[in-house]
Amino acid sequence: MSGIHVSTKINGDAVEFVCDVEETLLDVLRDKLGMTGSKEGCSSGDCGACSVTVDGRLTCSCLMLGAEAEGHDIGTIEGVAKGTQLHPIQQKILDHAALQCGVCTPGFVVAAKALLEKNPDPTETEVRFWLAGNLCRCTGYDKIIRAVMDAAAEMRGQ
Amino acid sequence: MARNPDADNAPAPKAVKTSTIEFDADKAKSFKVVGSRPPRPDGMDKVTGRARFGADMVMPGQLVGLILRSPHPHAVIVSIDTTEAEALSGVKSVITRDDFAENADHHDVLCNIMAREKALYEGHAVAAVSATSKAVARKALKLIKIDYQILPHVTDVDLAMAPDAPLLHADMITSGVSPVPTKPSNVAGRSEFGHGDVEAGFAQADVIIERDFKTAATHQGYIEPHACVANVGADGMSELWCCTQGHFHVRQVCASLLGIDVSRLRVTASEIGGGFGGKTTVFIEPVALALSRKAGRPVKIAMSRDEVFKASGPTASSSMNVKIGVTKDGRITAGEGEFRYQGGAFAGAPADFGAMSAFACYALDNVKTVAYDVVTNRPKGAAYRAPGAPMSVYAVESVIAELAGEIGMDPIELRLKNAAREGTKSSYGPKFGSCGLVETLEAARDHPHYSAPLGPNQGRGVASGFWFNFGGETCSTLNINADGTVAIAVGTPDIGGSRAAMCIMAAEELGIPYERVRTIVADTSSLGYNDTTEGSRVTFSSGMAVIKASRKAVTEMCNRAAMIWDIPAEAVTWEDGHAKPSGANAGDFEPMSLAEIAASASKTGGPIAGHHEYNADGAGVSFGTHIVDTEVDPETGRVDILRYTVVQDAGKAIHPDYVEGQFQGGAVQGIGWALNEEYIYGEDGRLQNAGFLDYRMPVASDLPMIDTVIVEVPNPGHPYGVRGVGETGIVPPLAAIANAVSAASGVRLTELPMSPPRVLKAIDDAKVAAQ
Amino acid sequence: MRYESPQTIEAASALLASEAGLARVLAGGTDLLVQLRSGMVEPDLVVDVKNIPTMTSITEENGGYRIGAAVSSAVMNEHAGLCAMWPGVMEGADLIGSTQVQGRATMVGNLCNCGPAADSVPGMVAANAIATIVGPNGRREVPVIDIPVAPGKSTLAKGEIVESVFLPAQAKRGGDAYLRFIPRTEMDIAVVGVGVNIELDDSGVCTHARVGLGAVAIKVLLVEDAAKALIGSKLDDAALEKMAAATSAACKPINDKRGTIEFRTKVAGVLARRAAKIALERANVRANKRASNGGEK
Repeated sequence: MSGIHVSTKINGDAVEFVCDVEETLLDVLRDKLGMTGSKEGCSSGDCGACSVTVDGRLTCSCLMLGAEAEGHDIGTIEGVAKGTQLHPIQQKILDHAALQCGVCTPGFVVAAKALLEKNPDPTETEVRFWLAGNLCRCTGYDKIIRAVMDAAAEMRGQ
Repeated sequence: MARNPDADNAPAPKAVKTSTIEFDADKAKSFKVVGSRPPRPDGMDKVTGRARFGADMVMPGQLVGLILRSPHPHAVIVSIDTTEAEALSGVKSVITRDDFAENADHHDVLCNIMAREKALYEGHAVAAVSATSKAVARKALKLIKIDYQILPHVTDVDLAMAPDAPLLHADMITSGVSPVPTKPSNVAGRSEFGHGDVEAGFAQADVIIERDFKTAATHQGYIEPHACVANVGADGMSELWCCTQGHFHVRQVCASLLGIDVSRLRVTASEIGGGFGGKTTVFIEPVALALSRKAGRPVKIAMSRDEVFKASGPTASSSMNVKIGVTKDGRITAGEGEFRYQGGAFAGAPADFGAMSAFACYALDNVKTVAYDVVTNRPKGAAYRAPGAPMSVYAVESVIAELAGEIGMDPIELRLKNAAREGTKSSYGPKFGSCGLVETLEAARDHPHYSAPLGPNQGRGVASGFWFNFGGETCSTLNINADGTVAIAVGTPDIGGSRAAMCIMAAEELGIPYERVRTIVADTSSLGYNDTTEGSRVTFSSGMAVIKASRKAVTEMCNRAAMIWDIPAEAVTWEDGHAKPSGANAGDFEPMSLAEIAASASKTGGPIAGHHEYNADGAGVSFGTHIVDTEVDPETGRVDILRYTVVQDAGKAIHPDYVEGQFQGGAVQGIGWALNEEYIYGEDGRLQNAGFLDYRMPVASDLPMIDTVIVEVPNPGHPYGVRGVGETGIVPPLAAIANAVSAASGVRLTELPMSPPRVLKAIDDAKVAAQ
Repeated sequence: MRYESPQTIEAASALLASEAGLARVLAGGTDLLVQLRSGMVEPDLVVDVKNIPTMTSITEENGGYRIGAAVSSAVMNEHAGLCAMWPGVMEGADLIGSTQVQGRATMVGNLCNCGPAADSVPGMVAANAIATIVGPNGRREVPVIDIPVAPGKSTLAKGEIVESVFLPAQAKRGGDAYLRFIPRTEMDIAVVGVGVNIELDDSGVCTHARVGLGAVAIKVLLVEDAAKALIGSKLDDAALEKMAAATSAACKPINDKRGTIEFRTKVAGVLARRAAKIALERANVRANKRASNGGEK
């Protein structure tokens, strides 16, 4: 089993790593790069806890080989806040108490950010369907949806 | 405080006492911090990905641990050969049950975490390896040779009770039956509750309805799979990092299974990614410790989702009969029920809790419930949010709705007419103290939701529910820091924001801002024993410990002020975060703030702290009433939840956001249970849907907003009136939705989940029957 | 396991053809990675086709669209022309998994896995989509319906790869729709899926129809009797009922964890009727738009 050398960008920084073919991008992030903010909830693309962006496009890092990251820009939860400055979605999740255990939260933040970059003024239904791939078992989604809608309004300057 | 060391379910319910009045009604009128909604102390870490959960820990030199599991639901393990696996390069340890000594205190737990004589369910652990990489560990698992002799299996509760059923345990003699049975069976125990004479009661009834019900097994569905890192030193000094609801319990069981003193094992609870009762016991932790001990290096085990479904602790499936009689004017004359729960391969199905809670909402003269705890070839169940209650209450509340229809009475009126109140002799024995069922029913009746118009194919359902709530062994330490901030250590893992509630209560007592208090969950070597985060006990029990620890610190701070002022300690009072001279000395000195007293502590006797340890009693019972509107597609049987309102008694909401969150989360787990979630077994006894794809938990687009109404009927057993709120919310939804589906479709389903094929079949069968 | 990421489809085909062991094409990977993780497949070679330009583009061709096999569903669903012309096909693809899955999953991957419940396939079958296949013996074109044989089994030979799928020009008064039944609103595998594509004449009479049916047999079906029930009608209630009955009659489902034979058979008819109504509305809207535009290109 020979390692594959991969050059990529993660949260804007050039990153190189060597991975086995079988390793997913999630394995690489968590086990090779120490970026444990992306969580492994299912390894089958059904829970969204490992959500990242690839060239700005939302995806599950468990559904992508580390090798496939070659030449691409990866965005993870670790890159969402700028230093100590939270992204409005992160702040609204705190303000609305839109988390209980918090293990799904990084995935929701990454997914909601991708939504608002594509659609700054989503309806509640659009938010719910966009986030249908992010499972939360604690909150019943209510406060999460409110937080995302509120963040969208704030980002629109309303 | 598990009711039996092997069952690992919620603690045994205690008689509801009203003897100790802790509630301070005057203080409750002037709360400054309690009832506010500040950000939680762990929030920033959780929105940025910085928080460390079970699988996020890395120890130097760490190995990967993997577990080999039985593919068979029931088989004799004739032999296990690990030679080839041990010889594989990179493998550092291989263990089987032979690596654990027999253990009388935790026999079932031991047999569950590692099988030897027999594999009792698909997914039952039979061996484990640690290796330098996951790839090597996987290869090693394939090299372990096991000779199985396959036995017939049983996964259904009623079939498991049949006399000719495949027998799981040759020594299982049903408890609670007189005379004691002479033959073993799959029935671990029978229990009975109630009072009065049900036959006489039914004789007084004008209408009697009797129905059979079934519910499928469901899983807690926490998003974080079980994970731990174990590190056993050559001298036996060990550390364990794991996601658990009760690290003290983990320490106790693991130390026992490893044969070491508890003092040698330090357990740290990671941030926990959901538990709902499913993380109140051990699965992988003793295995990781044993692997680490043998390898001499740290070992991490993280379950896959497939393993979580097959080999953690889902809840019971049930088969039930319920019979209720009423008079025409709506008086329930008698209620009777039999509740048969299978709880997997070992004793401990929460059938008794089911039987106890079934009729708890009602003040009945005649009530009788019987519970059967049955074993089957499924994973051993663990607690799941109000363990046992949702199923039995589903059965009872379905019949109540049908009776209301029969006698033409509004279902809330029928419930109000028979509602349990303070002083009611409960259906499971003790008399209720102060409780809020009537208040939740009235609030539901008066809520705009209850009278909102409905469209075609839409229907509304209502149901009430109950949970005991527990206290238990608890202790907490509060330290006043030199800069006037406060550090609190509790021993109850925070699964839903409880650290924020602790900070609020301390800030309230001490009279300082919330931001100046920080609460952590201490490891097992830093604090005395604490019972697990279960039974909706944390805000109640740890909260009361924090309040009392705060009061001890206040007393000490008053002493220090008295020392500085040179007046008697009794002449100092504590107000708004300041020590003040009172009585004859009132006004003689400027009040001293907490920060000032803290700053001078080194000169007045050293650090200031408060500690409280106790076995908490007086957890008030909790009732809730839910309203739900559904729409049923008559052509496909699809059920949509249109509107949902939770009304529940919280006693006092310390942090209302997280109280609402508990209500909403419980309701949505109930929605999943009612509509689509289920453990589906094939003829081969194997689980067919061990993944989120086909287990079908509710997703965001399945749901409306979940409205909440917090009713506050103070619990006399808590200084602020707190009642546990975590569990009751999952009790009413099953019946509320069943009642709404019935109203929308005109057919009554008596089996959960009400998945579309089942609903459509019921609709079509009714059409055929009507013709 | 080896990983290769060739730049041309010929190179990809050669890699697959020369692999002695098990080889798999990696497009979106949303199925393959799950299979790898669970140990369901243990290939010796994985060929990533996302770096092949002809497989990653959408181009107009003869009034229709050619969609590269590695184009993700998310990219497809952002293509205004495609969404306007073949909304049913696009919706089918859009229903595969979550937003996250959409960012990677491809319609051709969905097709080549040969799952009977593949959401994008009934729509493509109804649209009479044609797949272009490249292999050791060159190129060939095959209707999409002819590719799946059974779960995990296709008519592709060793070394063959689907390069693209061609959706022909929609009729000037044509419309398509796809509906599936799942217990939740998202994230499930179809219990039944029906794609309908119709063409009307100026008087509103249906002249052509194709009905694709998923999740009720060993593979996706083309239900000719359902189409016949619509042709010659104005999709009145009687025709729709006949079509629903024909759809139900075509079902050869199984009982499994996702649904019963009885349920699938009945709901197939219900969805067929509902999808036909949507297709009809779209055909009319399309015709009216063209009329109001004074006849577009």
